[in-house]
Amino acid sequence: MDNHKLNKILLVFEGKKGSLISILQRVQEEFGYLPEEALSSIADFLSLPPSQVFSVATFYKHFFLSRRGDHIISICQGTACHVCGARDLLAVAEKILGIKTGQTTPDYKYSLERVGCLGSCALAPAVLIDDEVYSKMTPDRLKELLTGDLDKIKAQKTPRT
Amino acid sequence: MGRPILKQPERDHKIDSHDALQGLREALIAAGETTRKEVRVCCGSSCISSGADSVREAFIDQIKELELEEDIGVKRVGCHGFCEGGPNVVVAPEGIFYQHVTKEDVPEIISETLLEGRVVERLLYKDPATDKRYIYKRDIPFFKKQKRIVLKNCGHVDPADIEDYIKVDGFEAFARALTGMTPEGVIEEIKQSGLRGRGGAGFPTGIKWETAHNTPADKRYIICNGNEGDPGAFMDRSVMESDPYSVIEGMMIAGYAVRASKGIIYVWSGYPLAVHHLSDAIAQATDLGLLGHDIMGTGFDFNIEIIKGAGAFVCGEETAMIASIEGKSGRPRPKPPYPAVQGLWGRPTVVNNVETFATVPRIILNGSDWYSKIGTAQDKGTKIFSLVGKVWNRGLVEVEMGTTLREIIYDIGGGIQGGRPFKAVQTGGPSGGCIPEELLDLPVGYESLAEAGSVMGSGGLLVMDEGTCIVNIARYFLDFAQNESCGQCSPCRIGTKQMFKILDDITKGKGEPGDIEILLELSDALKKGSVCGLGMTSPNPVVSSIRYFRKEYEEHIYEKRCRALACKPLIHYHIKKYRCKACMRCLRACPVGAIIGAKWQVHEIDQSKCIKCGTCMKVCPPRFSAVECITGPIEELGEKGE
Ligand SMILES: Cc1cc2nc3c(=O)[nH]c(=O)nc-3n(C[C@H](O)[C@H](O)[C@H](O)COP(=O)(O)O)c2cc1C
Ligand code: SF4
Repeated sequence: MDNHKLNKILLVFEGKKGSLISILQRVQEEFGYLPEEALSSIADFLSLPPSQVFSVATFYKHFFLSRRGDHIISICQGTACHVCGARDLLAVAEKILGIKTGQTTPDYKYSLERVGCLGSCALAPAVLIDDEVYSKMTPDRLKELLTGDLDKIKAQKTPRT
Repeated sequence: MGRPILKQPERDHKIDSHDALQGLREALIAAGETTRKEVRVCCGSSCISSGADSVREAFIDQIKELELEEDIGVKRVGCHGFCEGGPNVVVAPEGIFYQHVTKEDVPEIISETLLEGRVVERLLYKDPATDKRYIYKRDIPFFKKQKRIVLKNCGHVDPADIEDYIKVDGFEAFARALTGMTPEGVIEEIKQSGLRGRGGAGFPTGIKWETAHNTPADKRYIICNGNEGDPGAFMDRSVMESDPYSVIEGMMIAGYAVRASKGIIYVWSGYPLAVHHLSDAIAQATDLGLLGHDIMGTGFDFNIEIIKGAGAFVCGEETAMIASIEGKSGRPRPKPPYPAVQGLWGRPTVVNNVETFATVPRIILNGSDWYSKIGTAQDKGTKIFSLVGKVWNRGLVEVEMGTTLREIIYDIGGGIQGGRPFKAVQTGGPSGGCIPEELLDLPVGYESLAEAGSVMGSGGLLVMDEGTCIVNIARYFLDFAQNESCGQCSPCRIGTKQMFKILDDITKGKGEPGDIEILLELSDALKKGSVCGLGMTSPNPVVSSIRYFRKEYEEHIYEKRCRALACKPLIHYHIKKYRCKACMRCLRACPVGAIIGAKWQVHEIDQSKCIKCGTCMKVCPPRFSAVECITGPIEELGEKGE
């Protein structure tokens, strides 16, 4: 872990009350997850017992304590998506990637997650790949996305000028 | 995510008085009159995910190329709420409504509609039930029956341009309150309007404000609840994305009324566009002097900060949200004391929902009299619902309180998609319940829905047809509850888990006599022994569905049948021997090779391999219709199938 990077983040929060969650969010943005050493340093910085930092880090769903994949596949499990076959999508993704929900492939290419509700209910079922929502997903299309070259497919989807 | 590049115009002066605001508005309106036509491209999250950004870029590029910038403006607008047909484009001033627009359609829209005044027929909305096409947005049944007060700016106003908001009376309500009303006067106006909180519980907003106002303190806070963890609801996301200014204006008015100087918007971090637009709105308002120190020279200070939630449904509960803002784990605490008395950092705090705040400027602007005439005797105003599930027109609908569920589902939603009969509508998400056909004429309101065993909640409306299994839906919501329980009350922590386990077993054909009774008993314990609304209301989906659909539970438990054919362990696919033409289609399509057969040899499904994906049924040509799906114990297969 890069201590220098961590210290830079912490400096911004110097003396701010109740900043633990914001710090964790920033650290996760930087490192992709919350490394254990970082949690101890944050506890020192805020003069909190490490147990409290750990408790907050494990309470919220957006915090991850181990390294995640380069691509995060989040399958929406909201109500509308549920009635439109989101559970099947999860099963398909598990099968293709060979991992269970919440796990990361051994090559750290993909992490598979379920997410509460993306708010894309009118376009259900929805899948969030990194930070892009793919709507009206079908098992076939998901298979195509997960077995193809994701970077290429994404580049085609949103041409940037 | 295709984030728009926001324009940040240089501000040479601040809005330092009500007159200055009005002056700016008049100048902006006068300047806008020179552009004759306008293309409005929806840039809500849903339309962006369907490619709205590239459509907008194509319009801008091609209009520039044709040197038509003087005549035709291109504007990014917020969500119309009709997300399924996205990307949506409106040609103003006529109000021609185009759907599913791609960048390939742009040249035609420019040459036909914008230059020649002809409509492009194929891009018009087609009513799926009648096949009729509609030209104007205002005529489409989905919009026609709505009453848009809170959503009035959505689809019209650029969510990233404060001047566009100021043009349509933006900040007028705030300026009037600040310069012409006392804080007590503002509170009285909100009380008189009858506004109740839109976040679920329906507490009278004016009374909440009054409590915070009357509690002695050195500091007070305003919190806008934008956590929206309710699965199946997206109205708050849409309002924050499409009309962030109305939300912050509502907070500013609340801040003035209760003499708070700090506002916090707590947004779920999974709504990046909402965070982006809100931050931008705050920055622009600060730039203009509408936020900050000594606003309009009145001595009133107010600032707004955004806090991103870290993904916990329970943080939508107000005391949990406050704990989360204080940097702790978001666990609710018993009430009282209510946050209005003792909230953030122990100070009086007003927590209101996004929709509640967005309603406030409308009330101050038009008066409580105007507002209290909308709706019914008990329930004033309008409510936004997110209409999803098996209806034709899905999206955000804002209706007057007292509108019946039937009107929402059939007149606005266009009825049930796919021709299967209606079964039930689930309102209020995980804290709500199922409402059957016979109660469809129920007018929506806090009390009427509660009497029917459901709740208004935040406004999710999930329409189910005969292909949706009631037990499966109850199982789904309990799964949600057991996942989201913060775990501090044992009835909630253990109870939701047990209820989920029983429901899961029932949907797997492992239900036992007595299960229904145990479910009801546990429900009772949960209601009595939970600290917060999550635990107290989580049994609602189960209790209400047992109340109206007990028979379906019994079929699952005693006959191992799922009449909706939705519970996989209870269904089987089967090929009718006498109908099968041995065409090999299903045999090739089956992803797991479960079909036995050959050319000239009637096919058969190997039940031990079958994963019940239904592919065979989909590929079997309709003229053969050899594959059927049946429910019940597998021993019955032979006689039933032949
Ligand atoms: C488990 C739980 C989740 C909640 N989630 C939300 C939410 O996402 N948004 C919201 O506005 N209110 C939510 N509430 C209600 C809030 O506690 C609170 O009543 C509301 O924000 C008050 O605002 P209102 O009076 O404007 O409705 C939730 C309540 C509970 C018990
Ligand atoms: S009812 Fe459930 S979610 Fe609410 S405080 Fe208790 S354990 Fe937590």
